[in-house]
Amino acid sequence: MRPEHPPEFPLSVHDLTVAYHRKPVLWDVELNIPEGTLAGIVGPNGAGKSTLLKACLDLIPKTSGEALIYGKPYEEQRDLIAYVPQRESVDWDFPVSALDVVAMGTYRKLGWFKRIGRTQKNQAREALEQVGIGHLADRQISQLSGGQQQRVFLARALVQDARIYFMDEPFAAVDAATEQAIIELLQNLNARGKTVLCVHHDLATVSRYFDYLVLLNMRVVASGPTPETFTRENLQKTYGGKLNLLDDVAHALKNIGR
Amino acid sequence: MNWTVNDLHIILVGGLCAMACALPGTFLLLRRMSMMGDAISHAVLPGLAIAFLISGTRTSWWMFFGAAIAGILTALFSQWITRFGKVERGAAMGIVFTTLFAIGLILIKQTADDVDLDAACVLYGALEYTPLNLVTLFETETTILQVPHAAIVIGATLLFNILVIGFFFKEFTMASFDPALAETQGFRPRLMHYLLMTMVAVTTVAAFEAVGSIIVIAMLIVPPATAFLITRKLPVLIALSLIVAVLSAILGQVSSQALPYLFGLPETTSSGMMATASGFLFLLAWLFGPDGLIKKRTGELEKPMELED
Repeated sequence: MRPEHPPEFPLSVHDLTVAYHRKPVLWDVELNIPEGTLAGIVGPNGAGKSTLLKACLDLIPKTSGEALIYGKPYEEQRDLIAYVPQRESVDWDFPVSALDVVAMGTYRKLGWFKRIGRTQKNQAREALEQVGIGHLADRQISQLSGGQQQRVFLARALVQDARIYFMDEPFAAVDAATEQAIIELLQNLNARGKTVLCVHHDLATVSRYFDYLVLLNMRVVASGPTPETFTRENLQKTYGGKLNLLDDVAHALKNIGR
Repeated sequence: MNWTVNDLHIILVGGLCAMACALPGTFLLLRRMSMMGDAISHAVLPGLAIAFLISGTRTSWWMFFGAAIAGILTALFSQWITRFGKVERGAAMGIVFTTLFAIGLILIKQTADDVDLDAACVLYGALEYTPLNLVTLFETETTILQVPHAAIVIGATLLFNILVIGFFFKEFTMASFDPALAETQGFRPRLMHYLLMTMVAVTTVAAFEAVGSIIVIAMLIVPPATAFLITRKLPVLIALSLIVAVLSAILGQVSSQALPYLFGLPETTSSGMMATASGFLFLLAWLFGPDGLIKKRTGELEKPMELED
């Protein structure tokens, strides 16, 4: 019988399988992300976390299954979603400024052919202010540090003014100050009723950052509100025999006193 | 040294061609696929040959059509081989364009050898002969303005490239920088990719007869690469690569006349010298550019990046 995927869910994934060269990366993923959550997708390397985001956004082909945004295919709901890819996915030597990159977030509303004008530039500047690097607006992106680059990406997502934010490892290799700034920003979005879906790998911060959790290792091992989901048993199932990781797990669990 | 109006005509054709190539070349460079220009400019040969076989004429439209299709097929085949053959992209391009080029050579040798569509002309072009085929732009009793026929064909191609890139500037930029973002915003980066490939193919064909593929390959890659050594601002980058393109044409033609005269060498070819001149300009930028060798060795230390707040 087909599980329920009511349209009030920002993202519901049904029977999703993705394979590269006949090798499955995601297997029969079944998922509902409730509205207004700050949700983390956590799992070991190669668990298919990024692949899950990309498959939902039609960036890579699905072998089977579907992903629905508020009950409709992604194709019809593009406006509702902002996607922040992994920082390394683009060439930071590209000859554009921070402002140019952020303004790219306005292109969808602008449409084909039209040039960005003062409105778009102001929006971009404002977003850069919000992520704390307004003074770097005219800097070429090759001259930004890793943390600043991540903030540029985040600012670009902000100007997209979406209802759902798909973030792929926004905390990867950034400094502590940037990590703090990013999480505050995500919580702020969340407080304004936006749904945020975040691929994450640092178990130590999971329970502090996310109120909803998806544990993924090719399949969905568990998903639900973080307090019920972030348990030793589930983590062991997710990380399996990777014993070196169990120390991390123990440490993480101790942190939340479970 | 004999400086005549012919030299101006050669510079005009060479310069227009260099600019027409530098425009799509800039975006090839930014997408880190400059060699695609090389691949396409070789692979259009069978397209030309087949277009000739079908139509029986060397009419431009048939040639453009054949070349555009061959160009897109090169891009498509390379992508398929990369994806399904698990071969690295450069190798896939190599497989496709050498095969297509060889097929083109065979076709030309077998069928069209005696109807002045010959392989040497495709490689080296006939820049020196362009002034022989002049078109009168306007004529009064006292003055007459004539340009080579090739200048009009290539000028039209340049105009086409300017219009396409001007029209889709924002789309090309986003699709080159972050194809995933372009895709999620509904801007079809793959379509932009094939549009760029078509531009390269069409430019190659327009330039073929007059200047040959060597200069096309050089001008697709070297002027943008030179500009990239100097700036990281996209509009400046494009303007600079156009300037480098024109300078290469002028410098190339001047030295093709001056060098044999100065050193008692035998004749040199204009297109060969233009390609060499672009390489020379690259060398200059590499030595004296803002991040050049000289500055690196002798310049002051840069200010350190400011701390994060």
